[in-house]
Order: sequence, then structure tokens, then C-alpha cells
Amino acid sequence: MSSVVSISQLAKYYQVSEREGGLKASIASLFNRKYKNVKAVDGITFNIEAGEVVGFLGPNGAGKTTTLKMLSGLLHPTSGSVDVLGYEPRHRSHDYLRQITLVMGNRNQLTWDLPALDSFDLQRAVYGIPMDQFKATRDEFIELLELKDLVTKPVRNLSLGERMKMEIVAALLHRPKVLFLDEPTLGLDVTMQRRIRAFIAEYNKRYNATVLLTSHYMADVEALCKRVIVIHHGRILFDGDLSKLVNQFSSYKTLSLSLQNPDVDLSKYGEVVSKEDGRVTLRVPKAQTSQVTAKLLSELQVDDLTVEDAPVDDVIDQVFSQKEDA
Amino acid sequence: MRRYLDFYLSSMRISILSQIQYRVANYFYMIGMITEPVIYLVVWSTIANQQGGIVGGYTAGTFAAYYIVWTLVRNMNIVFTPFGWEWRIREGNLSMELMRPMHPIHNDIAYFSGWKFVVILLWLPLAVFLTWVFKPTFDITWMEALVFFIAIWGAYLIRTMLLSLLGMITFWTTRVSAIFELYFGFELILSGRLVPMTLMPQWVQNLSNYLPFKWTFFFPIETLVGAMSTQELWAGVGMQVLWITIGASFLSLVWRAAIKQFSAVGG
Repeated sequence: MSSVVSISQLAKYYQVSEREGGLKASIASLFNRKYKNVKAVDGITFNIEAGEVVGFLGPNGAGKTTTLKMLSGLLHPTSGSVDVLGYEPRHRSHDYLRQITLVMGNRNQLTWDLPALDSFDLQRAVYGIPMDQFKATRDEFIELLELKDLVTKPVRNLSLGERMKMEIVAALLHRPKVLFLDEPTLGLDVTMQRRIRAFIAEYNKRYNATVLLTSHYMADVEALCKRVIVIHHGRILFDGDLSKLVNQFSSYKTLSLSLQNPDVDLSKYGEVVSKEDGRVTLRVPKAQTSQVTAKLLSELQVDDLTVEDAPVDDVIDQVFSQKEDA
Repeated sequence: MRRYLDFYLSSMRISILSQIQYRVANYFYMIGMITEPVIYLVVWSTIANQQGGIVGGYTAGTFAAYYIVWTLVRNMNIVFTPFGWEWRIREGNLSMELMRPMHPIHNDIAYFSGWKFVVILLWLPLAVFLTWVFKPTFDITWMEALVFFIAIWGAYLIRTMLLSLLGMITFWTTRVSAIFELYFGFELILSGRLVPMTLMPQWVQNLSNYLPFKWTFFFPIETLVGAMSTQELWAGVGMQVLWITIGASFLSLVWRAAIKQFSAVGG
């Protein structure tokens, strides 16, 4: 397989002016302005193969969006190299822009007062999509996202989720080979998130598209991405399979059990996370899981017991906190 | 080329449809806009009447003609402003436009061109009303009408280039409203927007010959109101083409530097 996205030692530094609060500092800054170098992205390297869906994870300010902007040609890197589909994104060649898309959860490319169909037609003209292909793709996406009754309504009358679905259709009408998705499900309800996830998965399957996705919703990542890249303070902390991330960084497992006598004290077996409707959740160090499980089964009257990996959210939290401490 | 033509037509269509949605707001905006020339008109007509009916070669009737044509030229001169550039960079909307395989200036030109068709439609009743009230004097030949039609689009393109260049300062600093105001001050005096250029001191008239402003207001208005020879009419169009070319060249040059500077703030 050949790499569609190839990044080597990519860095983006900003110079930001800073000063103390107050009038004195404000006047002083007129004569002696101080600058601070911010390393938004600090020498990251990774490759993505054709058809891969990769989750790009990190807390706010980690460097995710800056990386996506460099990949899509919006920002010029300070140093390092970027190659996407054989192009250097910063040149923003029209041939390159025709093969990629950038979807940002908070951006609007639809005309507010008109039905989305009009904006779709403008996208057709922007990308020079042949009419037959345009109609086929548009109708296919409308069907997949169940938008038939909505495309004729003015965009301003649509809900946030409906609008986001329209945005995604508009962004994919030219059938891009590479998708940079920055928080595509931001602020949407669970049903809408699920539908958008399913659509992205279907698009990836039908067109063998390469997807780099950032999301704060782990459900997005779990549903779509086999591989994740974790970034923090502009540096990559982890790059590999999601399951490997859980194994590597999770120090505990979660035991969920139903007891005949739920009032018994379980603190000696592990950390009691919750106790609801006769079901108790325990957090147990990974190395002691089998030992604790055996003890629970032999010492208590257990109706049901399940052992699960720690939720991905917790694992990611743990990755960040371990690195902060280090 | 065909793709660009298709894009221009599609974007103009979107613009017309959008502006029709705001027809009432557009009308009130236009009514507000004609207050400025009506004030100039009343002042100069009064002066002309007090000075035996003529000032600097303009009668009350030709003043009326000047400022009525002014209202159309002013509307044709509405372009994407530097304040708009400031807004779209600050809010991050430029990022989405930059993702298109097309320079954002095309969308600005196409969208505002579409708007003009709505504007002209809305302007017609106002022009009839102003004509009825102020009794302008017109003596228009077919040649003048043809050159006027070309000149108002030329003026629109010159102003688009100039204000886009000005707007691009926002790539370097986000608060440049003061510079914009300074520009508008120069434009007011050197374009014929405040008074016909022929009423200005000779040195101002000479200076204006070397600047783009008068080709965006005074020249298009004078094609209908003044008494220019055929040669002068086409020479004026030539000057417009020259300023469009200069503006586009600078725009391309500055754009290359600006885009490297772009920090994609706000999204």
C-alpha cells in the first residue's frame, strides 16, 4: 500500500505577543513588546495509507486543528515536510484542492436563506463536476442521510444536526479522495452523531477514501477508526491500533456485577465506581483482574459478572495525565 | 474558462435569489443611500440658482442629472468591503473559501455582480421619482449610453480591486478600520463623489488624473451627463482597463505574500 498522507518532522510555531494586565503594562508594551514562541505542532511524523480511517486525538490546543490546516493547505508549516496525494498542500494547487475536503464542525458553506439544493449546485460549479455525476452523487448522499424532505427548505430553518448533514453533503459532492474531518459531530445529539458516523463509514467503503478525523466523542473514534494518533502539546504520544492504546495505557479493568445481596462492602475487592439498581461497578488493577474475579465468585453470591476494558475516554485521559506527570 | 463562466452564472444566481429574500431591507438601504446625493443636489442647485443659474458650467438641471446618475453609479460601486475582509478573516470564514479550487476574489466579483441586477431593478422607481422632483437635463447619444454601460462595470471592477487590496491588510493586522476611513476620505474628494471634479481646484483635478478614484465615479457619470467626444469616451474606458490591470496585478502580488501570512484564526 502507498501512503496517501505523509508527514515528516512537521512543525508550526507562532509568535504571540504577551503582557501583564493593567494600564502600566499596557503603556510599557507600546515601547517594549514581548513575544512568546508557541509550538502549536512540534515535529510530528506519520503516514496514512489509502482507505485508512485514522482518529486524531488530543485535548484542546494539542495541535490537531493546526495539523489539519497544514494538511489542507490553509497554513504554511514552519518546518518539516507534508505530502498528500503527491502534492505539497501549502501550494494549494487547484488539482489538489479538487481531491480533498476539510469539514469543520463550526463552519458554514451553505447559503443561509436558500434551500441547500442551491448551495449544492454552486459546489457543482466550483468544482466543475459533470452534471450527470453531480446529480448521481447528490441523490445518493441525500438518500444515505435521509435528507429528501429537507433539501428544499431554507438552510436557516434547519436544525443544527440537519445543517451539519447538509454541510457534509456539500463538502463531499466532488467525491474527494482525502477527508479531513474536524469535529464533524460537534454539538449534535446521539442519533444524529450515529447517522453521520454511518455515512462517513459508508463513504469510506464506497470510494476507498482516506479519512483523518478529530473528535472529542470517543463513540466516533470507536465506531470509525481502527488506528488512532494521539497528540499532546504538539507532539505525538501514540500512533497505532486503538486496541493497542487501551492495552498499553489502561492500568485497570472494569468489573460489572449483580449480587444477590447488593449491600455487601466491596471496597476490599477494588474501587467502587457506582452502585445502581443492584448492579455494582468496580475498578480493578489490570494485573489483579483474574485474581479478584475468582475471589468475588468464590466469596459472594454473584448472579452476573462481566469484565470490560476501561472506556476509551478514560484511557485517553490517562495517556495525557501520565505524560503531564512525566 | 467554461468552468469559470458556469461558476459566475451560478454564483450570480445565488446572489439574486438571496437578495430578493431581502428586497425590503435592500430598498430601505437604497433610500438611505440617496440621502447623500439629494443633499449635494439641493445645495448645488441652490448655489446655481443664486449665481444666475450656472456654477462651473453646471446648471440646476445638469446638477440634477449628475446626482441622479450618481445614485446608480454608487450602487454599482458597492463591492465586498475591507470591513468584510476583516470580518471573514477574524471569523474564520476565509478558511472555507480557501478550500475551493478557485481564488476567493471570483466569488466576491460574481456575488456582487448578481446583486447589481436586483439593485438596478430597485433603483428604477427611485430614479423616476428623483427625475420627477428635480427635472434633470439629459442629452444622451447611443455611443454615450454604450460607454456608460461599460464604464459602470469598469468602475465596479476597479473598486473591487482597490478595496480588496485594502482589505488584505487584515492578513497582517486585524484592526485596520482607521486606514479604511482614510481611504474613503481620499475617495470622497478625488472621485467626484462629493462634487463634480470640474468644480474642484485645478491641482486636485490634476492629481486625480494620476489616481484611480475618478474612474470609479466621475468618469461613468460624465459619460451620460458631460459632453465628451467619442475619443475621450473610449480613452476613459482605456484608463479603466489600465487601472483594473494594475489593481489585479497588485492583488495577485499581495495575495501571494498575504496567504503565507494567513494564520487561519477562528477556524
